[in-house]
Amino acid sequence: MTLWRRAERGLGSGKPGGSGFKGVRKEEERRRGVFTRRALLLGVGQLGLFGFLGSRLYRLQSEEGDRYATLAEENRVSARLIPPPRGRILDRNGQVVAGNQLNWRALLVAEQTQDVGATLDTFSRIVPLTEQERARIERELRRRRRFVPVAVREFLSWEDMARIEVNAPDLPGILIDVGTTRLYPEGEHLSHLVGYVAPPAERDMDGDPLLELPGIRVGRAGIERYHDLLLRGRAGAVQLEVNAVGRVIRELDRREGVPGQDVQISVDAELQKALRGRIEEGTSIVVMDARNGEVLAMASQPSFDPNVFNAGVSAAQWRQWTSNRATPLINKATNGLYAPGSTFKMIVGLAGLEARVVTPGDRVFCPGHMDLGDTRFHCWQRHGHGSLDLRGAIKLSCDVYFYEVAKRTGIDRIAAMANRFGLGTELDIELPGTKRGLVPTRAWRQAQGKPWNLGDTVVHGIGQGFYQLTPLQLATMTARLATGRAVQPHLTRMIGGRAGRQGGGVAEPRHPGAGSEAHARGDVGRRQRAGGHGARR
Amino acid sequence: MSVTYERRLLTRDRGVGLLQKLWFIPWSFVLLLCAIAAVGYVALYSAGGGSAEPYAAKHALRFGFGLVLMLSIAMVDIRFVARLAWLGYAVGIALLVLVLVHGNVGKGAQRWIDIGPLQLQPSELMKIMLVLGLAAWFQRASWERMGNLLFLIPPGVAVLLPVGLVLKQPNLGTALITGMVGAAVFFAAGMRWWKFALAAGGVAVAAPIAYDHLHDYQRARITTFLDPASDPLGAGYNIIQSKIALGSGGLWGKGFLQGTQGHLNFLPEKQTDFIFTMIAEEFGLVGALAVLGLLSLVLVFCFTVALRCRHQFGRLIAVGLGTNFFLYVFVNVAMVTGSIPVGGVPLPLISHGGSAMLTTMLGFGLLLSVYVHRNAEFGPARD
Repeated sequence: MTLWRRAERGLGSGKPGGSGFKGVRKEEERRRGVFTRRALLLGVGQLGLFGFLGSRLYRLQSEEGDRYATLAEENRVSARLIPPPRGRILDRNGQVVAGNQLNWRALLVAEQTQDVGATLDTFSRIVPLTEQERARIERELRRRRRFVPVAVREFLSWEDMARIEVNAPDLPGILIDVGTTRLYPEGEHLSHLVGYVAPPAERDMDGDPLLELPGIRVGRAGIERYHDLLLRGRAGAVQLEVNAVGRVIRELDRREGVPGQDVQISVDAELQKALRGRIEEGTSIVVMDARNGEVLAMASQPSFDPNVFNAGVSAAQWRQWTSNRATPLINKATNGLYAPGSTFKMIVGLAGLEARVVTPGDRVFCPGHMDLGDTRFHCWQRHGHGSLDLRGAIKLSCDVYFYEVAKRTGIDRIAAMANRFGLGTELDIELPGTKRGLVPTRAWRQAQGKPWNLGDTVVHGIGQGFYQLTPLQLATMTARLATGRAVQPHLTRMIGGRAGRQGGGVAEPRHPGAGSEAHARGDVGRRQRAGGHGARR
Repeated sequence: MSVTYERRLLTRDRGVGLLQKLWFIPWSFVLLLCAIAAVGYVALYSAGGGSAEPYAAKHALRFGFGLVLMLSIAMVDIRFVARLAWLGYAVGIALLVLVLVHGNVGKGAQRWIDIGPLQLQPSELMKIMLVLGLAAWFQRASWERMGNLLFLIPPGVAVLLPVGLVLKQPNLGTALITGMVGAAVFFAAGMRWWKFALAAGGVAVAAPIAYDHLHDYQRARITTFLDPASDPLGAGYNIIQSKIALGSGGLWGKGFLQGTQGHLNFLPEKQTDFIFTMIAEEFGLVGALAVLGLLSLVLVFCFTVALRCRHQFGRLIAVGLGTNFFLYVFVNVAMVTGSIPVGGVPLPLISHGGSAMLTTMLGFGLLLSVYVHRNAEFGPARD
């Protein structure tokens, strides 16, 4: 059949290539030649492209291998922080005044859910979220990286927790964990001293990665704020091997953090409570160990409950506090400013002695008033005290005597003495925002564009006028008078088991002034104790 | 013996026994395929997290089945295949149409149909049927005849029809591969150079227009190919993760079952499209080049068969199937190395997947049939 076909074509077509058996052979060979050339071309080209793949692999795996190895490591290793427990605050007897309590909370990890909004909607149906909460969550989600969990709801009850766990499949990205929250067992009794904690605000972000963790709190006032870094501790870290969706496969490395240190303060919580029961609204009290400046109690009425800040203060609560004229949020012992009144007379007397305008034995006659030009300054004793030396004047708190001494001494020398006793100066107590107060001088008045009159000096001789001093400053002044030492008021006794400031014991004997007047001050101090009259306000 | 056997084939003596045909099967090639499949088993064992389930065991089973299929087809007389070629082509087209109408949608494309427990991707089968059809058309075409444009129009349509159907699924990668396989057969059959140049020019003009009609995800693949870092968690994620896994394997690899990127699922689809990355991560550059070398040997065998075959039908089949195999491997490896856009093309004999294994072994069966019947008489070229 083949032969027949060949013959037919050979006869019929008459084309040169296709005629005859020889032509067929030739044609076949030509076709084969073309095929061989082209097949070789294809084959070699294809093998060449395999070679290109090989070179590509060489570049990726050999030349750039190190770079990709690093990337691979970054891929799989995820570092997480372990929040350290915040240090406790103890009173001088070791009683806990600020501790930690367990807090079950629901967290949201944005990168583990497709749709944050949907997850929150579902969560809301299980545990209702208010508009404000929702806004806060969304704000925090924007601020933090996608894998950092954000607290959705804290202080979950057992029922809420159970409901969330049951619905877990519908709540991608939500996880429950236990954190700690601050607990102040003494409530409002020590709130002005211990302070309180709150979630960190933008301005608190000091680069410590710990602050990015959910539920972390920073000290906002008092000791909590002053010793915040010590109390906070340092975050530990775990290096976890994670897979592509962030699931933890195993732990590669763990570096324990440093727990926050306990801080012991000098205050006696029981004494504080007892005193608070005895003072009126709008007043404050400071009890200080005169030997070393340890504050044993410092109360200010009314006060507030620092536990409220944990869960966030409601707007209503805040309004109530700020609109209260008795200012519960303000520690009047350190931030309330008052004229010292007669308690200031010792300073005036000391200043007079130092300036040598008066000696302890010099007598001044008190007729019940003093006239300066056409102005009459009265003594509190209308009938007068008669002739008095320094000791008698202090004992009876005679105004005229101190009018006279002030007039002789001059306001600037009184102010200098007052400053040496801590008045009008910044006392280095561990309560942030403590007021400095004001002890006026001639220059201060002139800076206001007003002249300083002799009459002003007279008035200031009995602690009236422009003086603005805190109860803490007066307590410090008294302690310095009583001991003759440059007593510094302080609250910290021990930090992490080691002695805090001032060695925890008696302050080093350092005089506010020099040499000679020390004796005089001590002298005055003793007399004041013997028959003191006290502030007369 | 060889001489008598060849003479018998030349004289179309059908009396050649099955045993004799088996003797003529190049068992070294079969061994090569087994070695590659074994590499696949090892890689899939690792992809399964150090377990034969769920991938490796199935892979071995499928390969065994494929081996039987391949050897059976190798026994079939190639002239019988030639007679049925156009029927096969018609079936392929019918299946492509069927998949468009009834197919299962995967990743936004209609690609496979379920036949009992098997999933069949007609587009894979179509490439083989297209090679057969074209080879049948060109088997007796003389050089002269190849210069006749009218003669080239029917096979041209035969290429464009499946390409269009696959594009419609839409599966850009397979459509391009189908077109290129067809072009390779045209080229080997002797189509003139200048006509290729003209066709290439036409494609260059058509490409921007075609780009307009691409699906968004296809465009995303092309744009992320140009700059993978632009969308690291989107379409570029796969490429970047694949490069990281590959590169971190280094020269000697991280060791069997030690590949972190693959086992931690940073590597997507590690059992199918990115199986080569898995190998390269665990066995390093050395392992990757070794596998590439084994695959190159398969290619060399394809072209050896083509050159040794004494009939045009067999030659064109060998070139067409060889090119098809080459394109599989090239597109896959180029994809995982970030050299071309992600195309969803598996690595033959190594990737997990029944449909691909079936069609690959079917193709090799035909290739072996060509080899066994390389001296069959087909008749001379015609004008």
